[in-house]
Amino acid sequence: MTAILDSAVDPIVERRRAVQAAAASSLRRRKLGSMVALGICWLFLAIAIVPLVAVVVYVMAKGLPAWNTDFFTKSTTPEGVPGGGVWNAIVGTAVITTVATAVAVPLGLLCGLFLAESDGRAAQTLRFTADVMTGIPSITVGIFGYIAIVRNFGYSGLAGAFAVGFIMLPVIIRAGETAFRGVPRSLNEAAMALGARRATIARRVVVPTALPGVITGVLLAIARGLGETAPLLLTIFGNQYLQWNPTKPMSALPTLIYSYSSQPFADLVQVAWGAALLLMTVVLVLSIGSRLLAAYLQKERR
Amino acid sequence: MTTVETPVPRKTRQRGRWSLPDNGYRGLLAVVAILFGALAVWFLVAVILQALPAFSTLGFGWIFGRVWDPSHGKYGLLPFIVGTLEATAIAVTLAFPIGLGTAITLAFLVPARIRPFLSTMVELLAAVPSVVYGLWGLIVLAPIFRDSVEPFLTSILGWTGLFNGPDSGTSLLLAGVILFIMILPTMVAISRDVLIVVPVEQVEGAMALGATRWQVLRKVVLPEARTGILGAFTLATGRALGETVAVAMVIGNSPYIAHSLKSSAATIPSLIVNNFGESTGTELSALFGAGLVLLVIGIVVNSAARWLVSSTGHESAGVEVGR
Amino acid sequence: MNDAGSQSEVDPVTRFEGSLSVQTERSMTDPPEGDVVMTLREVAVAFGGRTAVRDVSFDVRAGEATALIGPSGSGKTTLLRALNRMHDAERSATVTGTVRLGDLDVYGSDTDPTLLRSRVGMVFQRPNPFPTMSIYDNAVAGLRFNGVRKKALLDEAAESALAAAALWDSVKDRLKAHGSTLSGGEQQRLCIARALAVEPEVLLMDEPTSALDPIATKRIEELVGELKDRVTIVIVTHNMQQAMRVSDRCAFLLMGEDKAGELIEFGPTAQLFSEPSDPRTLDYVNGRFG
Repeated sequence: MTAILDSAVDPIVERRRAVQAAAASSLRRRKLGSMVALGICWLFLAIAIVPLVAVVVYVMAKGLPAWNTDFFTKSTTPEGVPGGGVWNAIVGTAVITTVATAVAVPLGLLCGLFLAESDGRAAQTLRFTADVMTGIPSITVGIFGYIAIVRNFGYSGLAGAFAVGFIMLPVIIRAGETAFRGVPRSLNEAAMALGARRATIARRVVVPTALPGVITGVLLAIARGLGETAPLLLTIFGNQYLQWNPTKPMSALPTLIYSYSSQPFADLVQVAWGAALLLMTVVLVLSIGSRLLAAYLQKERR
Repeated sequence: MTTVETPVPRKTRQRGRWSLPDNGYRGLLAVVAILFGALAVWFLVAVILQALPAFSTLGFGWIFGRVWDPSHGKYGLLPFIVGTLEATAIAVTLAFPIGLGTAITLAFLVPARIRPFLSTMVELLAAVPSVVYGLWGLIVLAPIFRDSVEPFLTSILGWTGLFNGPDSGTSLLLAGVILFIMILPTMVAISRDVLIVVPVEQVEGAMALGATRWQVLRKVVLPEARTGILGAFTLATGRALGETVAVAMVIGNSPYIAHSLKSSAATIPSLIVNNFGESTGTELSALFGAGLVLLVIGIVVNSAARWLVSSTGHESAGVEVGR
Repeated sequence: MNDAGSQSEVDPVTRFEGSLSVQTERSMTDPPEGDVVMTLREVAVAFGGRTAVRDVSFDVRAGEATALIGPSGSGKTTLLRALNRMHDAERSATVTGTVRLGDLDVYGSDTDPTLLRSRVGMVFQRPNPFPTMSIYDNAVAGLRFNGVRKKALLDEAAESALAAAALWDSVKDRLKAHGSTLSGGEQQRLCIARALAVEPEVLLMDEPTSALDPIATKRIEELVGELKDRVTIVIVTHNMQQAMRVSDRCAFLLMGEDKAGELIEFGPTAQLFSEPSDPRTLDYVNGRFG
């Protein structure tokens, strides 16, 4: 140290004093600001949770009274006629969703496999397409279903399944690709070194390893498909009576809720609540269940 | 001289079921991929083709027409475009701060042990079907809005001119609030994910200099997560734009441009869903045209959102909203 | 005086192979006793029920570089981070014992951690300049956090700190450029400058050269020597030669059988490396484990 330090004007000491002074004087303001800002963040978290609780509570409160045996076993009756239920809507939803799932899942998973294995221009384009498809407004999908199926074959459960499947497809593709890509390369390579064919590798290595992610993705896609309303409104037309045949107009829970909700008749609104509770319960159970399943399967793997 | 030949092994059959040879496997995948591509193309072509008659009959200006009155042959999409934008604007104005704040809390403030639980609760908001939100909004919230919320807001914010007119319950305001609830999980989940991956060294570096927690967030974490948060915001906007049923159930469905938050309005999806069943001819074509307009808006916004999120290198697992 | 000992280790900086206990350019005399800046008494850190380091007591003196040395797992970094209350962020962490900065009880209930950290700065193992900030903004970040707004003061502190970190000449014309345009060694010096700009009394350095190449390492070691008068330095290093080169005193920590690190010996560097009191220290400095 050769600098000649006049201790009265050592710039470092001066600066230190200035910094400490600034720090001390601003401390209260800074701490208060931090507390307020973080407090607001906590408040916002509370605000975010309230609607979920509110919806669940209200739907349960208003929907449970509608649940009786007739509700689950009888079909809808017109206003004023007692003893009605939503069995036809349950059947409709079940049939439509099953058909949609049966088509979208294999198709979507195979696409996901394709995308997971290749990165060429074609794959990139398809991936981008699938991504964009998840953002297509559901009403437009309904229009497509109308144009493609209803125009040619009339209103039917199949038209609805087509539209719902169209919405589920990109979800499954993306979930599938993510799950398949998550399989460590080392497993693939080990299998190849043993001389296995690609199909075998897919069947025996990739799919089983990716299964947790795949199952979760599929369950979530089903939960989403169950809740879709707009596409169904344009394609299935609704049906007062029980209908198992998907080539005919059918009823479904979401569309029933939609049309009953604006009716001035209290008993129909009551049925709407009951249906809403049923739909919401199934969807929430699927959503929560898929998460628990994913967590459980993750643990099993360790 | 005999040469010793080692036998070339044939492709051995796998034990168990027969597997496709590699070519067949790749062929199958390629076929499926092509099918998917064809489906997407079919979709585009069908929607565009059906919308064309509207544009050939009515020209292009009708998109900005102010009056929708099919019985008098008047078609104008402007009220619905405006309605869509207004409802979305309300929803994102609420969702951005509240969603970001919630994400910050989940990423940094809650103890690690309860974070998954709380995160799940917020994400479950996305699982509730749209029609259930609509029912709840229509029957439970609308009266509350009409009797309590709207008078209250009018009394303190009436000077802004946004709260003119009678308290009606089913209104633009209610639609905006319901939309906000529905897009919140998207905003929260993606923002939280990008906040969490900010390297802990940045946070520690700032703390070691004497920054308060909020200073660390504001000056270091948020700037770094900026692009991803913008992506979350855009994605949430895209969701809001496409939402149909819940909005249709609570917005009042009046085909005029709303000048007050309390008045009834309509969006493009609500227009289509309410009129599709009975319309024919030109009106039907106009609805197809409206569907195309909506599709274009939706695709543009969603593509922008995905590009923003992916540029942070972050894969959003996709919080999907049931419609 | 060269003693070609049998234990050899290649020192990444000087590339010298040889016995450790002799090759030192420093004088063999002990450093003069300066003022005590920080004191540690019976300091222990535990996470949940598991103790990570315990029974640490020593004094840190002004104008010196004190090194925390020992094999990995001995709790050096844990101890260092206790000195500026970095463990506050970890819910399961408990710090017992006394740490004093001057007459301030670091863990006292009246002590504000944010204010403390403006007096005790830290440099981390991997350079961590703020990526969204320019070089200038990085340098003055600490000052701004602490409420300093006057441009004149910010500029003055930035220049002084960057100069002290031997960075001013290379960056003075590109202060607006992003921190990521610097090399690894330069980034670390930027982080040092950033810490210095706040004019702390003590600078904690957590293995600051372990992520750097030998040349950058050498420059930073030189820096430590130059900075000692300005800030008291406490440096964690797993490199014994580095400890010998830069530090005046050393605290040797070792993991005990209960998996908790404890202070084995503390004393002037030269003494610790040539005639340590504890046999375990002798083993360590002779490279018998590490």
